[in-house]
Amino acid sequence: MEPILKARGLVKRYGRVTALDHCDFDLMPGEILAVIGDNGAGKSSLIKAISGAVIPDEGEVWLEGRKVQFTSPIDAREEGIETVYQTLAMSPALSIADNMFMGRELRKPGWRGNLLRQLDRARMEEIAREKLNELGLMTIQNINQAVETLSGGQRQGVAVARAAAFGSKVIILDEPTAALGVKESRRVLELIQDVKSRGIPIILISHNMPHVFEVADRIHVHRLGKRLCVIDPKAHSMSDAVAYMTGAAEPAAELAEA
Amino acid sequence: MSTQQSYEAAAAGSPQETAEFDQGHQSFIQKFQHLLHVTPSLVPLIVLVLSVIVFGLLLGSKFFSPFALTLILQQVGIVGIVACAQSLVILTAGIDLSVGAIMVLSSVVMGQFTFRYGLPPEIAVVCGLICGTFCGFINGWLVARMKLPPFIVTLGMWQIVLATNFLYSANETIRSQTIAAEAPLLQLFGEKIKLGGAVFTYGVIFMVLLVILLAYVLRHTAWGRHVYAVGDDPDAAELSGVKVNRVLISVYMLSGLICAFAGWAMIGRIGSVSPTSGQLANIESITAVVIGGISLFGGRGSILGTFFGALIVGVFTLGLRLLGADAQWTYLLIGLLIIAAVAVDQWIRKVSV
Ligand SMILES: Nc1ncnc2c1ncn2[C@@H]1O[C@H](COP(=O)(O)OP(=O)(O)O)[C@@H](O)[C@H]1O
Ligand SMILES: [Mg+2]
Repeated sequence: MEPILKARGLVKRYGRVTALDHCDFDLMPGEILAVIGDNGAGKSSLIKAISGAVIPDEGEVWLEGRKVQFTSPIDAREEGIETVYQTLAMSPALSIADNMFMGRELRKPGWRGNLLRQLDRARMEEIAREKLNELGLMTIQNINQAVETLSGGQRQGVAVARAAAFGSKVIILDEPTAALGVKESRRVLELIQDVKSRGIPIILISHNMPHVFEVADRIHVHRLGKRLCVIDPKAHSMSDAVAYMTGAAEPAAELAEA
Repeated sequence: MSTQQSYEAAAAGSPQETAEFDQGHQSFIQKFQHLLHVTPSLVPLIVLVLSVIVFGLLLGSKFFSPFALTLILQQVGIVGIVACAQSLVILTAGIDLSVGAIMVLSSVVMGQFTFRYGLPPEIAVVCGLICGTFCGFINGWLVARMKLPPFIVTLGMWQIVLATNFLYSANETIRSQTIAAEAPLLQLFGEKIKLGGAVFTYGVIFMVLLVILLAYVLRHTAWGRHVYAVGDDPDAAELSGVKVNRVLISVYMLSGLICAFAGWAMIGRIGSVSPTSGQLANIESITAVVIGGISLFGGRGSILGTFFGALIVGVFTLGLRLLGADAQWTYLLIGLLIIAAVAVDQWIRKVSV
């Protein structure tokens, strides 16, 4: 089977730091791929390079077999790749609805939208409320409340809802449950399964091994800026995975080219 | 895995409705703070109403007359227009020190193109507007593409544009009578509509319409939302799909265009085209913006606030003059208002209700 998203030889340097060192990456259609690795291993850099948020110094990316060169996150979004960045990428002073529709606002039908460029606030608010309810992540009384008035978990929920609502080909989640409580994390995991059942593949970066082993179909172990190996969660234990990602153990040779 | 399942099972027994926020314990102050957070132009509006009432009580009908109140509008007209431009730039967390210089150069272009080259005044006006927009484009390009700090870019442009203005005009004023006789279009914004004692110049009407238009655009169009997002957190805006550079350049260009309109309005106000006019416009516009409650850190505030801020300055200036006070009292009080406004801004930013 052809990977839906494939990268070869990605390199990204920040000054003297090499965040990505000839890194390869494969995402199969319909799968949940977990990416694990120590802090600073380059996981966020990897997903930024494939979602257009940074332009890699070297290397190539293919989407559905087509070579793509994203120069901004907008390019990736237009191709149906939706990302929840670790920093969440929200404008604190703007409302939840404003943030969910940032960069893809809906305009009123007819002359008010075409001529006056007027936003259809009512519809954006309705959709935003619906998406948040679907997620059941939080009670937000007021969809017009500024994002800075939300708790960390609520903000993360809004960011995940935004990605789930708009992603059509690939959804990338960079540590989506880091600030969430037990119940909220569970909802995000359910949401991930939900998205998968719609046939959309997901890249999940997480430090939470139980979560990773519960939902992932394959696990990409990232170490020192590149893919160390890809393991099957059913064939490996959590301690194997942790040993590989910390360098305490080396994976068997046949895993390295999975 | 089993341990994980058990802790999650424990949570499953908890009540299903998610945490309601306890609204009952909010004090009046907290509610007020929240209200200001949502409606940032409220503070300047309250100050404006209070100052009108106080001067009205002190001065009676001398101040509280249609004539005096519309005189305030006329006096703040030019600064009000320039402050609109300044507001847009400050909302993106920038600052435009070149507004006054762009205004003057644009007015000089309108005058000189008409009288030196004999162009029809309509064409000369359009050239002046293009000139202002172009200066704004240079500012925007340097800020967005070259990533230079707006303060430095516009400080440089202020000097460059002002010097260009003096060199190009050879420091020569075009007299009011000449303009009135040969190109009255240049004085268009000085035309008046009288309603009883009230006098509205076209310049004042233009300012009010501009405020309404910008308020609409900032609140009800995608571009307006993007201006706030860029001022709030440019990296986040970029990641969530805003073309940050394009927004920045368009903001500075629009600022330049509005300044050029202010230059045209200034010809109407003073009658002549003078390369030495409008020197205080940048400081006065920043004053109006700050008193109007727009945060210098970007992303917060509204154009209505700026309008109220400009009016507050006008009310204080006229009120104190009618009271016979030394003009320095005006500056002193404005200075206090500026500092108070920034203190209020900091207080509002602390809100997380
Ligand atoms: N914008 C940046 N500027 C400089 N260094 C960076 C930047 N982003 C990441 N790095 C560096 O690149 C390395 C990988 O970072 P990152 O991809 O965030 O790792 P991870 O997400 O796996 O924790 C780190 O050493 C980090 O310090
Ligand atoms: Mg990271």
